[in-house]
Amino acid sequence: MDLAPPIRFELRRGAVTAIPLAIAVGLFGVSFGVLSASTGGMGALPAIVMSATTFAGSAQFAAASVLAGGGGPVTAILAALLLNARYLPIGVSVARFMLGGRVARFVQSQLVVDESWAIASRGGGEFDPHRLVGAGVVLWCAWVAGTVIGVLGGEALGDPAALGLDAAFPALFLALLVPQLGGRRARAAAALGAGIAVVLVPFTPAGVPIIAAAGAAVIGLVRR
Amino acid sequence: MSESWAIVLAVGAGTMAIKAAGPVLLGSRPLPAQVQRVVALLAPALLAALVATAALASGQQLVIDARLLGLAAAAVALALRAPVLLVGAIAAAAAAVARLAGLG
Repeated sequence: MDLAPPIRFELRRGAVTAIPLAIAVGLFGVSFGVLSASTGGMGALPAIVMSATTFAGSAQFAAASVLAGGGGPVTAILAALLLNARYLPIGVSVARFMLGGRVARFVQSQLVVDESWAIASRGGGEFDPHRLVGAGVVLWCAWVAGTVIGVLGGEALGDPAALGLDAAFPALFLALLVPQLGGRRARAAAALGAGIAVVLVPFTPAGVPIIAAAGAAVIGLVRR
Repeated sequence: MSESWAIVLAVGAGTMAIKAAGPVLLGSRPLPAQVQRVVALLAPALLAALVATAALASGQQLVIDARLLGLAAAAVALALRAPVLLVGAIAAAAAAVARLAGLG
């Protein structure tokens, strides 16, 4: 591919920025693989195919946990799709910055995950499509590779919670949040979003609190 | 086993459609200014919700455990302008140490 220098720069910038997150995502993928390959899980090959096609960590984890906890397939599917419903507004937010025809847009849209979306954000609702692709490809590779390692490596790796891995996720989301907090409205939306989510956790199935938190963005309509 | 493949197919197709809906159907049409103001606030709202639930939720319960300590350590590291990977590592280490000490 012959790419103009600024495009190559943004692709690389997206990829490089994604590396620390990709390490965490890869480790998360390992735990998804371990969970899926264990007794009562969905099995090794389905887990790998799911990581490659669905490419949405929290939703896959939700489906795998429902299955491992003895839940039925319909509950597992609903839990996963509910968690992924946030990609509808997220997809709308990046739509007008994506390049090319319908097929190219479809491919780019599949590389959107929370982390690549945050990396592609230039603030004020603007997004860089090349940074999105650079970050998305790195994160996809890490997620699939992590899943494969988890499926094959299994029990040898131990409990992710004992390594503090579960604590790395809120920290990484916080690191993504901080650059988004320019301006009073953004800070108000963040506080409101977190509040909505926390209040709903005890009363709604996993995934709903996150979707509901998107409602905090409506304060963008309030006149100052 | 066929149950697993049904889940993989349903979740995969559903997620692809959700992700593609905006970019493929909307195209490059700019959003109305009001909608744009709302969309601009989606990132802080959703990311803050992800921080809160990842730190406090355990299934449908709110629990205060070592994750919150890790998050506090991460906030300090971020205030000191530590790189992202270090922030994640500090949070994980703080939580792991707290668990070794028998907290949360």
